[in-house]
Formats: sequence, structure tokens, C-alpha cells
Amino acid sequence: MHEDDENPKIPNDNSESSGVSRRDFLKISGISVAVPLVAGPKMVMAAGQEVPVYGPGKVPMEFAINGKDYKANLEPRVTLLDALRDQFELTGAKRVCDRAECGACTVLVDNKTVYSCSVLAIEAQHKPITTVESLMQDGKLHPVQAAFVENDASQCGFCTPGFVVSCKAFLDKHPHPTPEVIRRGLSGNLCRCGTYDGIRKAIAQVAQKGA
Amino acid sequence: MPDYAWPDPQHRTLIGTRVTRVDSPVKVSGQAKYTYDVHRPGMLYGKVLRCPYAHAKVVSIDTSAAEKMLGVKAVHIVQGPGANIHWAGDDIVAVAAVDEPTAEDAIRAIKVKFQQLPHLVSDAEPPKGSAQEEGPLSVDAIDDMLDNQVPANQMVSTIQRDGLVKKASEDELKMLKADGASDAVLEAIRSATIHPEASSKPPSNYQKAAAQTVGDPDKALAEAEVVSEGLYGIPVITHCCLESHGSISEWIDQEHLFTHISTQNVSGIPGQLAEPLKIPATNIRVHQDHIGGGFGSKFSPDRWGVFTAEVSKKAGGKPVRIMLERDTELKVAGARPSAYARVKVAAKKDGTVVAWQSNSWGTGGPGGGGMPPIPYVFNIPNQRQEHTAIRNNIGPARAWRAPNHPQAAVLTMCALDDLAAKLNLDPVEFFGKNLNLTKQREHTYREELGIASELMGWKQKWHPRGEGASDGMARGVGVSFHTWGGRGHASDCDLTIHPDGSVDLKMGTQDLGTGTRTCILMVAADTLGIPMDAIQLQIGDTTYPPSGGSGGSTTIGGVSSSTRRAAVDARDALFAKVAPALNVQPDQLECVNGKVSVKGDSSRSFSWKEACSKLGAMPLTIRGKNPDRSKALDLTNSGVGGVQMAEVEVDADTGVVKVKKMVAVQDCGLVIDLKTAESQCYGALIMGISYALFEEKVMDSATGRMLNADMQFYRLAGLNDIPELVVHMMTGQGYDERGVIGLGEPPVISPGAAISNAVANAIGVRVPFLPLTPDRVLTALEQKVGA
Repeated sequence: MHEDDENPKIPNDNSESSGVSRRDFLKISGISVAVPLVAGPKMVMAAGQEVPVYGPGKVPMEFAINGKDYKANLEPRVTLLDALRDQFELTGAKRVCDRAECGACTVLVDNKTVYSCSVLAIEAQHKPITTVESLMQDGKLHPVQAAFVENDASQCGFCTPGFVVSCKAFLDKHPHPTPEVIRRGLSGNLCRCGTYDGIRKAIAQVAQKGA
Repeated sequence: MPDYAWPDPQHRTLIGTRVTRVDSPVKVSGQAKYTYDVHRPGMLYGKVLRCPYAHAKVVSIDTSAAEKMLGVKAVHIVQGPGANIHWAGDDIVAVAAVDEPTAEDAIRAIKVKFQQLPHLVSDAEPPKGSAQEEGPLSVDAIDDMLDNQVPANQMVSTIQRDGLVKKASEDELKMLKADGASDAVLEAIRSATIHPEASSKPPSNYQKAAAQTVGDPDKALAEAEVVSEGLYGIPVITHCCLESHGSISEWIDQEHLFTHISTQNVSGIPGQLAEPLKIPATNIRVHQDHIGGGFGSKFSPDRWGVFTAEVSKKAGGKPVRIMLERDTELKVAGARPSAYARVKVAAKKDGTVVAWQSNSWGTGGPGGGGMPPIPYVFNIPNQRQEHTAIRNNIGPARAWRAPNHPQAAVLTMCALDDLAAKLNLDPVEFFGKNLNLTKQREHTYREELGIASELMGWKQKWHPRGEGASDGMARGVGVSFHTWGGRGHASDCDLTIHPDGSVDLKMGTQDLGTGTRTCILMVAADTLGIPMDAIQLQIGDTTYPPSGGSGGSTTIGGVSSSTRRAAVDARDALFAKVAPALNVQPDQLECVNGKVSVKGDSSRSFSWKEACSKLGAMPLTIRGKNPDRSKALDLTNSGVGGVQMAEVEVDADTGVVKVKKMVAVQDCGLVIDLKTAESQCYGALIMGISYALFEEKVMDSATGRMLNADMQFYRLAGLNDIPELVVHMMTGQGYDERGVIGLGEPPVISPGAAISNAVANAIGVRVPFLPLTPDRVLTALEQKVGA
């Protein structure tokens, strides 16, 4: 929490997650545990098993973002979005609604689209994370990005990175979508300037050409 | 005298063509940096404690616990004990800390006691007899106007019109000055008429404006062959910019501020920050690369922009970032006033409209708000308008794309459409018959109405009201008309040609996503005969020549005109240097295709680079400046017309409205970039579908708070809501020669009215108020059955 906090030394267990489901967490919350102001997991008994509890201080975390390793000391309550933006200067994903309603923060975790405002950074450790910044290769736009440019699918552009990531993931899964499938598949991202017409045309173009 | 006139069609290489937006690549790749993305060294994160009540007085504030917290660097009381708070979500205390979680913890540790006061958040029809004539003002009322950020010129005219209940003392004047009253406002107070008899009246939330009458509406209504009466309305909606309002401010030294701010008004920010921060405007630098939406809500630094700088100062000048949270953005950072009206409109049997009478009301929050310009577009010969402004506690209003026009379009076009239905006339025929009432726009509207009808397939799709149902689905079509000014603003720029042939252009403007960068480059490149990417364009900084705020569709006319002037002057200055070497007079030269050559003899030419080397050692810089508003219009103009049509499908069982197709036919004089111009229209149609079907700032009368301050329940249209969209720009003869006119506002005015009219055509009854939600549609259908 503070600049002068000592770095916690507890290694991460490298498991897929902290091992605490939301349900378990609620049970744990009900248990009266004096959590010390040092970071690192405290082992508590919950739901019949020992589970680690992190925080509330900063915890060392490691991430695999766009094929590179990143490290930071973060409180467990920090979201993946805020970690990307404030710690690693990956500001393509935007903070707009901050509660999984608009899609401007969309990134890929394990090759699946997620609203990064609603994923805790601590939960996203050691999983491959892909952000909009990695889609351009050797200075060349990804076909989805090129189609966005050609079809004028951005105005203010604040929703655009989220849309680009969503469209890429969508087209990977549905290479030849019908207009109906496009409408449904991309209703998780919102735009205020009204660029949907360009986005629709961009997707149709990529689908026709093949990405 | 240089010839600045726009090149004729044969001599345009870029202007009027379809050019791809130049800043798209940085936007699609996530590289574009918005204010929210700026990360300054040592940056602190600010958070704000806000008033939870719609109307309250601050009693006490205890910040001691927050100040002691590790990592908290500054605590700043924005509105202290004694302050009157007029809306929920208003700023009380700001803090800055080393990270956001710490700042949030600090906010939670602050204790504020409020005394709750009675509030009003409704904008329902004013109870009979409640409205007060607008009367003389008290000093408190003027102070409230300052709190509510009422523009100075509006305050001056209100004070001049209404006078004061008593003379203001010198102490009161000092207090008003400290609260931000400009010299013009103070002067108006000093010279105001005093009405001592008025001080005993208690203030009302309902302020009646003076009735306006043209012709003899009573006689015309009494003698009319057909009269239609109806109730229409459009609620308060929010701007919901995806990038919320906010800034990052830092002090370079005790006297110099550097601020990154999300703004539509880069050049205008220092002048607004100077007085509250007590430093000269010249000491304030503002920078912005990209902005994530403004729509009229981002002209001022706002109180939070001021206190972000104050918090930074308390934190030793370190950069402090305060961006509004989403709920706050929706609660306090922008709202379009509502407008409702009971309208009586009359015609002869042949459809000639003869009379209009309206009793309207609406709210723009604590400031009340004015009457929309009704009847809109159609100048009905006999008319009377009465309007009551509701002053309430929903939060302040701001300009929202085409201020007052979407409201005017709904109140007018829906009333006229109901009259057409009563006359059993096809609306296209009915409106066409009355186009003479649009005066100087008649020809434009007539041409556009014909094109729109073709593009919609109106003849095949229109049917008399309520006859479009089959299988429980009702289909219908509707039309609406709109107008706007859009003359270019003042917009200085510096265009420099360097001896090595490189060119740069600096202008203190901003690109809201409207294509401003692209259009500036198109004009400069077209004029200089070089590729767009040979020109380095720099905008968004107060170190560049000042350019007007992007409001009222004034940007494109402003930036294109001054760019053209600078480029023509620079080109002519270059010709003067090059001419001797080619043995001709400067006026015999032209620059085309990257060459400076003799007109009609392209064999005698220099490459652009060679030509520029003739400049000698020093670069050539030309200031482009638009003539002031007293001069005749040349490169820009004012006044456009547009026609839009909507086709809808209504599920009579569920009340769900789906828009099936929309057509926009729009003129805006000479189009610079057809591609981004069309995008403006597509975007406006989509924004229009959004406010026609979904958007409303819903207030809770019990708590005085906004109930849907998030993006789930404040619903914006999504991709799934967007039908076939057809955009047709009026270009060519009759349009191009008018010069460049703004396009940001016009196409967003008509969608609400056109869609409402289409729904009425489909289901045979008017749904009085937007948004056209299923419950409202079903209620209207039930009333139709009951009637």
C-alpha cells in the first residue's frame, strides 16, 4: 500500500488460481481471522481444507503478458485492468464502466475474452494474457485492425481497443459469421460515438477475406 | 489580395474525396494516449468524497484520520461547513495518495455531517398555479447561478432582464467575485434595477417564462378546419462519455501549472483556470492528444479540474490524477435538459398549417433551463408559446450535441405528424406541402425529402396509421426535419515550410473523433500539392496558436478556413522565392503532385524539395487567421438542413420497438472528407436510436439520487440494436459553393422524432414520451383500445 512497504517473500504457489472460490471466500470472510498487515498468504481452514489468504498488503505477483514476463507488488484487490494500465503502462485497455458492462477493457486471458476490470490481477497470474498492444506484428496491423481503419470503425476511439480484441477473438472462433451471429457475438462491447456501422463492415470484410 | 477561395472541383486533389482517418492506426492499436492513459512520473491518485444527498448543507468535516494515513499526500476540502449542496454527487473533499486503493481508504476515513434539506428531482408537469413569473433576483440566487456554472453572458442578460430585490453590498460583491463572478456579471449587478417589493415572495421551483406570441393564434385556432392536440416529451439524458471527465495536474514551480485534461476546448482552458488558481493564464500549459468523447460536456475545467490543481499544490506540486468514476460521470458530469409540451396545432383541410400553441416545461437541473426553439424548422404563421422552467436537484445540465434541437424536433415533428394523421395525409405529402414555412431552406429540404423518400422506399412502406400490423408485428415509417448553424470559429494556426522541404502545421485545436486531424491535413496537402503524410500536424497544446472550442459544429469550418489561408499564403510566399529561378512571375506558378511548376508547362518545374531550398537558411512560417465575425463569410458558412426517416417494427405483445432502417440526408456545404462526414452521420443515427429507445436519467424521488448511474441500467444502444443505415450527403452544385459548414450537431437532431413518428404510424397511436420503452408502448396501446 505504501512506497516503503517491505516486499513480501512468500512465493506464489503457481497454481491456476489462489484456490479460493467465491463461495469459499464468503465462508472465509465469515471466519474471524486476524489478518496481519504483512503480505503473503495466511493459511486458514475453510470449507474443510486449508486455503491461503492473501493481503490486505501488497503481494508479489508475476504475469505473462504478450509473451513477456512482468512483475509487480500489488494489493490483492487490484484488478487486472488497473495492473495493466497503472503498473505496466499497457493503456490500450480502457477503464470506462469498471464493472463488466461495456467491454472497453477487453483482453484475452488463456485465449478467452475477459473484462479485465472484473478480473483480479492476482487471479490472472501465470496465465497467458494478450492485450491489444500485441496484435500489431513488426509494425503491421492485424487484419482486424486494418479493416477497422479502412471501414472507419473508430471515432473518439476509446472503445476501439476493446472492440478490436473482441472482434479478433470472435473471428478466431467464428471465421465466417452470419450478420446475425455478428450482432449477437459482439453485443458485449459498447460505443458512444456510434461506430457500429463501421465495425460491422470491418468484421464482414475480414470474414470474407479470411483473417 | 490572395485568392483563398476553395479550389473548383477540377482542381481539388483531396478535398471532397473519401480519405481514411489519419489517426485510426494509433487508435486501433491501443497506442493513442488519452488523458486517462497519461502516467506522469511520481503521479498521485486522487479520489473525491461526494455528497450523497440531493439537497443539503455541510455541517462539519473531520479529515484528521485520513490525513494521518500512510501514503496520503494531500487532503483538500472543496466545499466546507456551511456550503449548500444542490445535487447528489457534488464534490466535498478531495484526497491524493500514492495509489488508488490508498486514496479510496482515505475517503472512507473522512467523516462529514450533512443537514438534509428538502429536494425536488421530478420534472413532471408543474402543478397548476405553481409557476412563478420570473422576478427580481437575490444575491443568493446569483451565487447559486455561479455554483451551477451558468455562463457569464447568460447571467448578465438574466440580471439585466429581472433586476435585483435589493442593492448588493460591497461585501456581497466581493463574495460573488471570490465565487467566480466575472467583471461583466459584477457590473450587471451594480447597474441592475432594484425591485424592493419582490423580496417577500418565497422562491418557487417553477419559473414561468414570458409568453411569446406571433400573429393571432386564438383566432387562427378558432377558425381552423382541423385541430390536433397532443402531449409530447423527451427526458433528461446524460452524455456518458466513455472517457470520463478529469485531468492530471502538476506544478512546474509555484507559479506554473501543467495540466493534461480531457477537453473539447484546449485553447480555452487556461483562461478558465487562471482566476481560481490566481496565476496568469500564460503560466498554464494544457495538453491533450486524444479525447474519449465530449458531446458538449467538456468545455470547462470544471470544479474538479480546479481542485485537482489545488490538491497537486498541497502535495508539493506532484502530478495528481483525478478522473471521475463512472457513476459520478453519469450523475454530475453532463445531462441534456428535458422538454415536454402540450401542443395544439391546426391546419386547413388541404393540410396548410395555420396555428401553433404550446405549453411546455422541462428541467436543466438547478439552473432551470430555457424553452426549446418550437415550433421547429416550420415557421407557423400564428403561434403562442408558454414555458415553465423547473429548477430542481438532479444536477447541472450541459450542452448536449445540438443543444435544445432534439427536444424541439420531438415536440414539433411529432405534433405535426399527429396533425397529418388527423388530416389523413401521408406525412411526406403533408410536410412537403408546408415546406414554404422553412423559408430559405425550402429548396434544400424539398430536394432532401425526395432523396430520403427514395432511399427509404417510403411510398411502398407508408400506410395510414395502424394499418401496418400482421402476425402481431406492426411496421411503420416516420420522418423528421432539422437545421443548425455551424459557422466556423476563430482558429489560428502556424504553417511552416522548412528549407529541406518538410512542412509542419501547429494549431491549438482538438480532434474529438470527428476527423479534425484528417481534414486539416487534406486542406493543407491539397493546397500545397504535396502528400498528406509530408505534413507534420501538431494539435492539442496551448503552446500552439489558439483555436476555438469544439462546440456547435464550429470546428471544421474554423480549422479548414485558417489552414487554407495559411497554406495559400505560404504557397504564394514560396512562389515568390522560386519564380526568379524559373524566369516567371509568381502568379504563373502552381504546385501539383509534389512539384512547383509553371502553369501549362510542367517541363519547367522544381520538385517540392528543390523549390523549398530556394527559401534560403530560414524556414517560412505563416500565421493562418480567420476574419472576425463582423466580416463577410467566405470559406465557411452557416445554416444547414437535413431530413431523416425511420422504419420500425413493434411487437404488439411485448411492446418492444426495433428500428429496421434509417435514412439520413444531410447538407453541410462543402464536404472536406466524405468518409469521416458519413461516419458522423452514421454515428448520429446510432446515438439517436439510443436516446429514442433506451436512454433516460432516472431519478428516485425519495432519495433524490440517480437510480441508473452505471452502463447496465443506463443503457446505450449496442451492435445488436443497429439496423440498416443509409447516409446521403448533399454535395455538388448548390452546396459546395456555400463553403464549409459544421456537421457534428445536425444529424443527431431528428432520429428521436423520426422514430417516434414511425412507431405512431406502426401502432396507430402516439407514445407521448421518449424513450420508447416497452412499458410506454404497451400503455399507449392499452389507452388506444380503451379509447
